[in-house]
Amino acid sequence: MHLGDKVQFIERIKLIIKVSFASISEVNKIQMEIEKLKHIASQVRRDIVRMVAAVNSGHPGGSLGCADFLTLLYFDILKHDPENFTMDGKDEDLFFLSNGHISPVWYSVLSRSGYFPVSDLATFRKLSSKLQGHPSTDKKLPGIRMASGSLGQGLSVGIGAAQAKKLNNDHSYVFTLHGDGELQEGQIWEAAMYAAAQKVDNIIAVIDFNGRQIDGDVDDVLSLGDLEGKWKAFGWMVLKMDGHNFLDMKNTITKAQSLCGEGKPVVIIMKTEMGMGVDYMMGTHKWHGSAPNTEQLELALNQLEETLGDY
Amino acid sequence: MKDFEIFGNKDTRSGFGEGLAELGRKNDNVVALCADLTGSLKMDTFQKENPDKFFQVGIAEANMMGLAAGMTIGGKIPYTGTFANFSTGRVYDQIRQSIAYSQKNVKICASHAGLTLGEDGATHQILEDIGMMRMLPNMTVIVPADFNQTKQATIAIADHVGPVYLRFGRPVMPIFIKPDTPFIIGKADVLLEGSDVTIIACGHLVWKSIEAARILSEKGISVDLINMHTIKPLDEEAILKSVAKTGCVVTAEEHMKNGGLGEAVAQVLVQNLLVPQEFVAVNDSFGESGTPMELMTKYGIDTANIVDASLKAIARKN
Repeated sequence: MHLGDKVQFIERIKLIIKVSFASISEVNKIQMEIEKLKHIASQVRRDIVRMVAAVNSGHPGGSLGCADFLTLLYFDILKHDPENFTMDGKDEDLFFLSNGHISPVWYSVLSRSGYFPVSDLATFRKLSSKLQGHPSTDKKLPGIRMASGSLGQGLSVGIGAAQAKKLNNDHSYVFTLHGDGELQEGQIWEAAMYAAAQKVDNIIAVIDFNGRQIDGDVDDVLSLGDLEGKWKAFGWMVLKMDGHNFLDMKNTITKAQSLCGEGKPVVIIMKTEMGMGVDYMMGTHKWHGSAPNTEQLELALNQLEETLGDY
Repeated sequence: MKDFEIFGNKDTRSGFGEGLAELGRKNDNVVALCADLTGSLKMDTFQKENPDKFFQVGIAEANMMGLAAGMTIGGKIPYTGTFANFSTGRVYDQIRQSIAYSQKNVKICASHAGLTLGEDGATHQILEDIGMMRMLPNMTVIVPADFNQTKQATIAIADHVGPVYLRFGRPVMPIFIKPDTPFIIGKADVLLEGSDVTIIACGHLVWKSIEAARILSEKGISVDLINMHTIKPLDEEAILKSVAKTGCVVTAEEHMKNGGLGEAVAQVLVQNLLVPQEFVAVNDSFGESGTPMELMTKYGIDTANIVDASLKAIARKN
């Protein structure tokens, strides 16, 4: 067992003990919170497939795969102020989406958590919309601090923002999200080397480890090899989590936050299923960047409960 | 022709170093990043005086641009330092997406630009950077003329909100701009007033143009000389005012003819006032090893070329 696995194993045992000793009402409370998050995530998935189907373009696969994580992040983890968005985000946790093509999930979660009206989701990828195909800042969509789309740039940006926080004595966290295919970009590893060398320990990078990219399985296109070993060799603390298990994610991210401030950056390798929630989109790379047609949309929506009202 | 007072001889990169050091003392938000060229960029003083605000990123320029973009979130004003080649061509996409498109307040400071880098040869002598940077929406492009102006420009861009490309170089050249002359972005300096030909130059070619104007004045030709230190936004008013008087123009720059100052000036003339224009610039060619002055002669961007171009422009008036 690797050290990281051991740490996670011990944490899980601790959690089980904690939960065992917790009162029934506390257990119920956790369960209720998870149910609430599942509820939101179901609506987010509906938003995603409806958004991409409406303009017959966009990236549903990775968006569906990250719906649970981003729902948890925005509705439970982040210290933020959706109604009063500022570019500087002083004393707030910051999130940067490095794999900008999964913009549908981000836009949905941003609007559902209060950054902008849910009705704006209907403008996705349309002329003059703030909801560009890939996230941008120039049309001033609240919640977005950096354009992304050309891959590999978000880790550097997140580390820079984390260092600015240190200079400002701002003790909040910076989160970044990256595709696993994106890790083929060299800039990621420039940034990884830098963060460890400069002891940037207020950043938590999350890898969407779904094993698929446009041309096929990551292993076939360009294998990442020993990904955990690579991050460790670059001087990062590595955690793993199941991107579709809210309790596991919550505990792992809490653990990651507790590891901050110890002189090392933290990365979480998050196992996900591309297309999660829509059966025919799972188990394939086919839906990375193509939209469902009318019949396929119907099929998808039948599998996703409308919990908060469609936009 | 009037005499220019000379305030010594220095390289423009040292002007950057002094300006940055001064900013370090007076602007708490200024931070600096360097990709393993601290000595070459003359960033040592800033580094020594502000160890917490200086970030050594190693030989990883793409990461440096991303870090700088990220540091603006939270109010920092990052100055990145490396050679012009590695400040632009190597990191064009990082600048495009994370800085220009994202409207980040990053100051991209680029030394050793053009042929005057000298002996290192064509791999390092970028002659396309002005073109690349002026094509980017939101980008301001500044090419100061001497040590004093580079120092003042370095200080001035801290107060300008938005991405800036600041280009300077390595050779020791005469200092002819008075110390502490305030630098105004987008406002050209008229160095000489004349009636026969307008010379519009930037960077090291401004001094070469002063030399050329002296030779021309001995031939009885009077030169209107503009130091176009800001390539973008371009001072169109200064160009049109001068050209209306002289009826012809020579542009002079240490850059490729494609994409440079001359092309920017030509756009203004074509749309407003058609007059003959001659270009003193490198003509679709890479450089090579040699001393800076040898290279300027060989590649046609020396004093003599400005004189010849002026005579040709004047001849084309009729």
